[in-house]
Amino acid sequence: MTSKLNLDPVVVASARDLARRAGEPVTKLARTHTTVSVERAVLRLAGLDGADEDGMPWVNRLADAVRETTGLEHGVALPIWDAMLTGGYPDLRTLAVDAAAGLVKFRLPAGHEGDAARKAAFRSVEKGISRIDAQRAERDKMIAATSDPAMPWIYLIVATGDIYEDIPQAQAAAREGADIIAVIRSTGQSLLDYVPEGATREGYAGTYATQENFRLMRAALDDTSRELGRYIRLTNYASGLCMPEIASLAGLERLDMMLNDCMYGIIFRDINPVRTFIDQRFSRQVHARAGIVINTGEDNYLTTADAVDAAHTVVVSQLLNEYFGSEAGLADAQLGLGHAFEINPEIPDSFMLELAHAQLVRELFPDAPLKYMPPTKHMTGNVFAGYLLDAFFNLCGVMTDQSILLIGMMTEGIHTPFLSDRDLALENVRYVRRAAGRLGQEFRPDPDGFVARRARQVLGESVDLLRKIGSQGLLNAIADGTFGVTKRPADGGRGLDGVLERAEGYYNPASEILEVNR
Amino acid sequence: MSLTGVVRPYGDTTGDGRVQLSFTLPVPFGDETERARAEGAALQLAAKMGLDPAMVVHAKGMGPDFTFFVVYGRVSHLVDLSAVTVAEREFPVLPAAEVNLRIRSALGRKLVVVGACIGTDAHTVGIDAILNVKGHAGEKGLEYYREIRVVNMGAQVGVADLVARAAAEHADAVLVSQVVTQRDAHLSNTREMSAAFHSGFGLQRPLLVVGGPRFDPSAAHDLGVDKIFGRGTTPSEVASYLVHALASQGEAA
Repeated sequence: MTSKLNLDPVVVASARDLARRAGEPVTKLARTHTTVSVERAVLRLAGLDGADEDGMPWVNRLADAVRETTGLEHGVALPIWDAMLTGGYPDLRTLAVDAAAGLVKFRLPAGHEGDAARKAAFRSVEKGISRIDAQRAERDKMIAATSDPAMPWIYLIVATGDIYEDIPQAQAAAREGADIIAVIRSTGQSLLDYVPEGATREGYAGTYATQENFRLMRAALDDTSRELGRYIRLTNYASGLCMPEIASLAGLERLDMMLNDCMYGIIFRDINPVRTFIDQRFSRQVHARAGIVINTGEDNYLTTADAVDAAHTVVVSQLLNEYFGSEAGLADAQLGLGHAFEINPEIPDSFMLELAHAQLVRELFPDAPLKYMPPTKHMTGNVFAGYLLDAFFNLCGVMTDQSILLIGMMTEGIHTPFLSDRDLALENVRYVRRAAGRLGQEFRPDPDGFVARRARQVLGESVDLLRKIGSQGLLNAIADGTFGVTKRPADGGRGLDGVLERAEGYYNPASEILEVNR
Repeated sequence: MSLTGVVRPYGDTTGDGRVQLSFTLPVPFGDETERARAEGAALQLAAKMGLDPAMVVHAKGMGPDFTFFVVYGRVSHLVDLSAVTVAEREFPVLPAAEVNLRIRSALGRKLVVVGACIGTDAHTVGIDAILNVKGHAGEKGLEYYREIRVVNMGAQVGVADLVARAAAEHADAVLVSQVVTQRDAHLSNTREMSAAFHSGFGLQRPLLVVGGPRFDPSAAHDLGVDKIFGRGTTPSEVASYLVHALASQGEAA
């Protein structure tokens, strides 16, 4: 792709290099630490599911039991598969029940016993990884049997709280033109330190992410994909305190895209930064293996910060997400970097500024399936003006060749969308695609005009900020309120007590497989 | 212009009573018979809503089971302006410098505000718009006021944690934002919060202020709080209210 913005390749390369240098110390932290959720993900990959009578998953009960005896610094694998072998347990569930009742004495096996436990753990987790591989192959098969829709993909949200209401809504949305269905999670799930179990019918402003809900929705969308001859992708959220577990469940149940940002949980959910970076690396390794496209959350920064003043923080975060993603094994085609159309429509040239930002992101990440988010902050309740603003968003999206368009609702901020809101929104985007779908090919901003100059300015500011982050350290920059105008110190936030430094002899069969995979 | 008397909606002529509305009915819009029935159904609803005459200007099937309508019509209802009641604002909105000045003279120290989203609500947009220095609608947030010290506890804060923090910080006021309203969570959360402050602090409790797009601003007493702010509230309104309320508290003491 030739640059429409006359970007200096030297500046672009230096921005990438600075992002890598800012991210490397954090990656080192992730390589030398583990978390309770990473360890529970190992158990999920080994096939442990279900919950006790209080609804607490067996993975939590088992990991907690190990933590209380041998600790988790060596990982769950060695003590648990040692107990499986020495106790003659038929499966992990039986062991978990006994462990929860305090009947299992865990130890850290050494020598031959250590080797035996390591091998047994590896074999169990390998089965889960094989299932993820099979699901990836199944996705390819489904796409071949139906078809892969042309980009931009139309992304629609369902969020009733009840999986059995979500399913017909999702199917209806697909029939009306949606290529991607995202099931919004229940508010508050990000701060639960366990993944709820089973099909759920009650949620707040969304539906719980559970393995069974994933399975039910994927199966329903497979039916709809066959009916429409078009593969409908399913999206959920690998974020919050259980990010690695949810990533694993997504791989096992063939979700296609997952929201997975390197800093979102820190900034917007006050989850401890260190916990987030460790969990994130593991979950991205799983996503890489599963062929899942991640969606990053830079759009969110612009809901608290000003979309013009803070435009460069979006680019900086995208570069960091790209570095962390690639480091974890994600291909460029799996990096659904996010950004948004959030500039105040009252300011002059706001549309040209949006074009500049969107085109800049397109050119910085030519192979990434960029996810472009519609206006929310300046949707005022004047639904007629909002409909117009959404049309301009759609226009900017097609002109700058965005890959995934989240469809804006004119009733944004008023209520969860009415059936008619969604229908009108799709009519809007269909019109814009029909009328101006090829306009991007002819859109050539003056290389020294307003749009190109603005894009270069934002890139320059991004380089400056990355340099500052590099000298300050990423964790300090986050503590300082660099992103989203929120200050998050490295020793604050939720989930820090679930972070452990890996001890000598730490063993994690999932990490072993996923690291080798690279 | 007089605010008494009787008026009707204005389309393009005084007193024409013309309004527009849109809605969806769970009826099919397939063949000619179905379409006629759907439009008839829409007209029946419009008539029951007081639109006479009414005209369906747009009808569109959405999937096999639903039809969307846009309807224009003339309402027969009259609006009696003398019967309109509004909650008048009991305090003036002051510029930041004036707010700072009044805090200094009334308290002789900084005013302490502790803010949070409580319950499962993770939507910090509202509380951040009021508290963050960045502010909202072109106004700087409370962090910007030199004489206000802001402690923003963020999202999904437990009520007990909020009470403890308010005590530890010697808060003059507690600001709580509630966006999620499913199953009236915003109301039950607010009641739980106010009960905890009433029992934990007694008469010495900080001012309790809640905000969110779906609160009824006149329900403060019922919810056990001092003030409710609704959609579109700006930081200067909140700052001005705090100064006003604390000053009148000082006079009462």
